[in-house]
Amino acid sequence: MNLPGTHYRLRIESRSNLPAWVGAVSAIIGVFLALVVGGFMLRAAGATDPIGTYIEIFKEGFGTPADWAAGLHALFTGTDCPKGMQCFGPFSDTLVKASPIMLTGLACVIAFRMKLWNIGADGQMFLGAWAATAVAVFLLPKTTPRPVMLAAMAVAGILAGMAYGVIPGFLKARLNINEIVTTLMLNYVAYLWVEYFVVVGPWSLGDFESTGRFPTSATWPRLTDYVKQIPVAAGLTAHPGIFLGIAAALLLTWILYRSRWGYEIRVIGNNPKAARYAGIDVARNIILVMGLSGALAGLAGMNEVAAQRELNGRFQQGLGFTGVIVAWLARLNPIAAIFVAILFGALLVGTQLIQPQGISSMLQGVILFVVVGTELLFHYQIKLEKAESTAPSAAEASHD
Amino acid sequence: MTNSALIALAATILFDAFVSGTPLLLATVGEIVSERAGVMNLGIEGMMLVGAMGGFAVWFHTGNLFFGLLIGMIFGGLLALLHGCITIALRADQVVSGLAVTFLGTGLSSILGAPYVGKRVPVPLNITVPLLKHVELQQVLLVIFGLVFALLVWYYVNRTRPVLNLRSVGEYPSAADSLGLNIQRIRFTYVVFGGLMSGLGGAVMSLITDPGWVDGKTSGLGWIAIGLVIFANWDPVRGMVVSYFFGLLRRLPLDLQNPALPLISTANNPSVGRFMDMLPYLATIFVLILGSREALRKRLGAPAALGVPYVRGEHS
Repeated sequence: MNLPGTHYRLRIESRSNLPAWVGAVSAIIGVFLALVVGGFMLRAAGATDPIGTYIEIFKEGFGTPADWAAGLHALFTGTDCPKGMQCFGPFSDTLVKASPIMLTGLACVIAFRMKLWNIGADGQMFLGAWAATAVAVFLLPKTTPRPVMLAAMAVAGILAGMAYGVIPGFLKARLNINEIVTTLMLNYVAYLWVEYFVVVGPWSLGDFESTGRFPTSATWPRLTDYVKQIPVAAGLTAHPGIFLGIAAALLLTWILYRSRWGYEIRVIGNNPKAARYAGIDVARNIILVMGLSGALAGLAGMNEVAAQRELNGRFQQGLGFTGVIVAWLARLNPIAAIFVAILFGALLVGTQLIQPQGISSMLQGVILFVVVGTELLFHYQIKLEKAESTAPSAAEASHD
Repeated sequence: MTNSALIALAATILFDAFVSGTPLLLATVGEIVSERAGVMNLGIEGMMLVGAMGGFAVWFHTGNLFFGLLIGMIFGGLLALLHGCITIALRADQVVSGLAVTFLGTGLSSILGAPYVGKRVPVPLNITVPLLKHVELQQVLLVIFGLVFALLVWYYVNRTRPVLNLRSVGEYPSAADSLGLNIQRIRFTYVVFGGLMSGLGGAVMSLITDPGWVDGKTSGLGWIAIGLVIFANWDPVRGMVVSYFFGLLRRLPLDLQNPALPLISTANNPSVGRFMDMLPYLATIFVLILGSREALRKRLGAPAALGVPYVRGEHS
């Protein structure tokens, strides 16, 4: 009888229960690994000092401990920041950047929960921004009180984004048309739509490619507006938009985990067949969830124009795509999305000034890769085991 | 305008449609093969971008067009290999990994391509062809290559033996596995093939169809390709035809600016351009709607195992 040599082989087994902390750990490992991989890529792309680049990004995004200490001291003593805007400036910029990402991230969270791949948050955001601008500049008088104006803009943004999300939702629900492709195509249509209005069309101020400054009532108040009361706030552009994101995250948490609708969404996401057998109307839910997802992205658009105080030809593309990564890194948890969005806000702010351009997009890609790639480790156990060729040895045993 | 001039104009527009449809054709047919094997790669846009950037950079330094195309192709293939590792070996979600390919490709091409923005471009060789007068030799060769390529792939997918393996792996992997086929290897092969073709499609854009490199060169063409795969019903010849149609749509805003055109010229109305530019994207949605009705009627559909990682002994 031939003894089989010591063969080992890898076996991959499903892991059934995942402890809750695993998600957070995998996200952190994912970001860390991505930074390492991204560092090598930066090196290859000609950056001489990748670690220095990261430190720079971090400083630009969050500020240094010394900045914070000086800022806090100034805050409590009611004095100016000794370093100009540097005390809370970086973090304030990060919050400004994080608020639209938080909303587009949440838009993706709710859609992805149902395995609806809404990649169109970007377009929905553009349309939301467009509708909010229409209300602010062309529909309501300049003298409208600020709360009324902002609320009307938010409603317009939400409705426009919702309508733009419902179109692919309807096509998916009724005709089974792939929502990835339709939402993506609608992104480009939305970019061109906004471009038409502000660059060559009726809203353009000639060479400025902009609607021009909104009336004050149509803009978010900024921290710097309160510089008389809080001297350290000088120059800080942070605005209340971030609270819209946080409120939306809380609302989504309630919907997902406390409401009947959320239960249906989760069942459909886990097992659409079972959902159908349980009598859940999948088609209706597809349309509703795409509507909610689009509404959140549309609100992100309103938030952005109210913060930038104009709609111009440079309105940033890609924040909806960053939302995809935020949602995935947050493992589709709305509360986690708040923190991930702030992290990505810092990444975007930190890479804004750094050459070459494209670092943030590359890092986002690497992070997403590493996060989906390492997911296997948490869903499956990898075991090294002795390969015992049972069938032949049993046959040989009976032969002997 | 005389009749013969009109015919010549129509011929030029048609030829341009074939030329600008060819990158799309390469990417679409490549993706069809990859999806036939059961792996969806949403990263076409990213693979085309690195292909376009890499191809242009190599041409810029070596002056060799063929070498540029080859490297662009390999760049696309490498990204597809990464997608394969993540989705086939590590069984991660194909949608998310594909998006990551696009992000990575967009970022890399933007970082590495920064020195090449607005640089000089390949000088075409002009030849004279009846009807078309002066056309670029590279473009003629490209169109012929695209046609032959699509027909060959169609033949391969429908008429040859190895492709039974390809199709069984995409339709019913556990049966293929029980026949002793190496599913992972077959899937890897075709995913990388798809990536090579996307990379080539990108390189063709930056070197032949509209020479030069700018950030985001492909402007969503990779995403359109994904829509066309579905509309083509995973059939390379249908993919070819619809690619040419989209080539026409992409050229249309430029062609219509020609003041020589009777009636429909947009030369005096520039703001129409933004709406003309929307056409390919809206048309993609439109053909998907058309395709879905046909799919419902004829019970056509995607490869059954598309998007599902294969794990021996696990049935989904």
